[in-house]
Amino acid sequence: MSDIVRITDLQKSYKGGFQALKGVSLNIREGEILALLGPNGAGKTTLISTVCGITTPTSGSVSVGGHDIITDYRAARQMIGLVPQEINLEPFERVINTVRFSRGLFGKPSDDKAIEKVLRQLSLWDKKDSQIRELSGGMKRRVLIAKALAHDPRVLFLDEPTAGVDVELRKDMWEVVAGLKADGVTIILTTHYIEEAEAIADRVGVIASGELMLVEDKDTLMARMGQKELEVQLTEKISEIPESLRSDALRLSEDGGALIYTYDTKSERTGITSLLSKVAAAGLVLRDVVTRQSSLEEIFVTLVKEDAA
Amino acid sequence: MNWMAVLSIFRFEMARFFRTIAQSFLAPVISTSLYFVVFGAAIGSRIQEVEGVSYAAFIVPGLIMLTVITQAISNASFGIYFPKFIGTFFELLSAPISFIEIVIGYVGAAAIKALIIGAIILCTAFFFVDFTIEHPIAMVAFLVLTTISFALFGFILGIWAGNFEQLQIVPLLIVTPLVFLGGSFYSINMLPPVWQTISMFNPVVYLISGFRWAFFGTADVPILTSLLAIGLFTAACLGVIWWIFRTGWRIRQ
Repeated sequence: MSDIVRITDLQKSYKGGFQALKGVSLNIREGEILALLGPNGAGKTTLISTVCGITTPTSGSVSVGGHDIITDYRAARQMIGLVPQEINLEPFERVINTVRFSRGLFGKPSDDKAIEKVLRQLSLWDKKDSQIRELSGGMKRRVLIAKALAHDPRVLFLDEPTAGVDVELRKDMWEVVAGLKADGVTIILTTHYIEEAEAIADRVGVIASGELMLVEDKDTLMARMGQKELEVQLTEKISEIPESLRSDALRLSEDGGALIYTYDTKSERTGITSLLSKVAAAGLVLRDVVTRQSSLEEIFVTLVKEDAA
Repeated sequence: MNWMAVLSIFRFEMARFFRTIAQSFLAPVISTSLYFVVFGAAIGSRIQEVEGVSYAAFIVPGLIMLTVITQAISNASFGIYFPKFIGTFFELLSAPISFIEIVIGYVGAAAIKALIIGAIILCTAFFFVDFTIEHPIAMVAFLVLTTISFALFGFILGIWAGNFEQLQIVPLLIVTPLVFLGGSFYSINMLPPVWQTISMFNPVVYLISGFRWAFFGTADVPILTSLLAIGLFTAACLGVIWWIFRTGWRIRQ
């Protein structure tokens, strides 16, 4: 697959010295879904805004479909659709008119068939004559997507499309994204939900403090991220793990009061059952059992540490 | 040029105008009619002719200017401020359009709306007063130039405004007094010499004077001076807008 978006050493500093992007380089492949994961304030939105022309870069370059976003901005922006994080829509406007407006703004002649296709694709056709203010939150988000798609972009940026959206709507949104991918649209979405990246992305990039920590195929990354810990708390402290239990996945807590077992949630056998029976066989008495999954923050910390090492 | 985008902005803005038809259309007609009734009929009947024209007719150009200037400013400033306020401005920034197209779209729509209202007031005036227009082409040209220049000014205002209060404050505190004191309801020659001199610093005097010349052939200041004044004002507004888009002031981070 060829690269449709090339971001080279992109830097953005705001007045007052805050550096939102510290030299991000990233190539996005045509037709893929790339999820950009990162905590709030990591620079995800700044990155998207810069590529889309809303924010002016301090230095570095971006090209979309071979067109530079500054010197050849018309051709570059023609290829891009942007769905912002906030639901920004004129409340009194009708759905179909606002989508028509977006198409015209991108220089495309009015085409009722094309508008109908987009509205149907997003299940908005029935609502085409409704005023925006009459729509539910999920519908409004769909209208934003319809607007972004009205000019048939090749690359679609979705900035946190499922922030504050309930589970059902989130799944709905994922289906929409999958449908767009099937149409050959390259999709870049930002999120801070690991499950979201897991559900739909081909590749995952991790951004923290304005830096791109890594970009990896989802499967590789998920294998690293999908680890879970089982803490087996004991009634009596032990000084070392009994011989029969020793394995790479098991370690003793610092105070000796618990055994910590690391396992992969996605593997067919987690090994928990056999661990627990071995624990019982070794004569250890359980006080409690706790499981925990590394939070995104913890994963970032791990990634940053690995990066530095 | 992305003319399709210009047309889209224009249509979108005009749609807002027709959606709020009572507010954008009836309000100026009613308020102007009130001016005609109060100043033209009630007070005007006690005032002799001004510069050879009946007082009721004398105030027609001033009233049209008053409304057209206020409308051009409020339409353009609201038109560009509203997307900033509700956050849809990002769409303009991320679209393949240049600032020239944005300005033509918004300012063009605001100017046309003001012109429509101006034309309606002129028609309304014919119901109340008897008058003829001596230089109709110059009248139209003056009206068009004025609406465009003040729509440009309104556009700057809308970009500058950070809230609705700021959006209202300049028209309320600066523009309305300037227009009222610009000879809408009187001839500058009726003022004492000191106030005549002070009035010469009011740019609106030149506009209303020039516009009145187009109606009745008489003016407070030479017509060329009027043209020069409005030309300079337009150029200044264009200069400021060019600077705004070049630097991204209040638009792009």
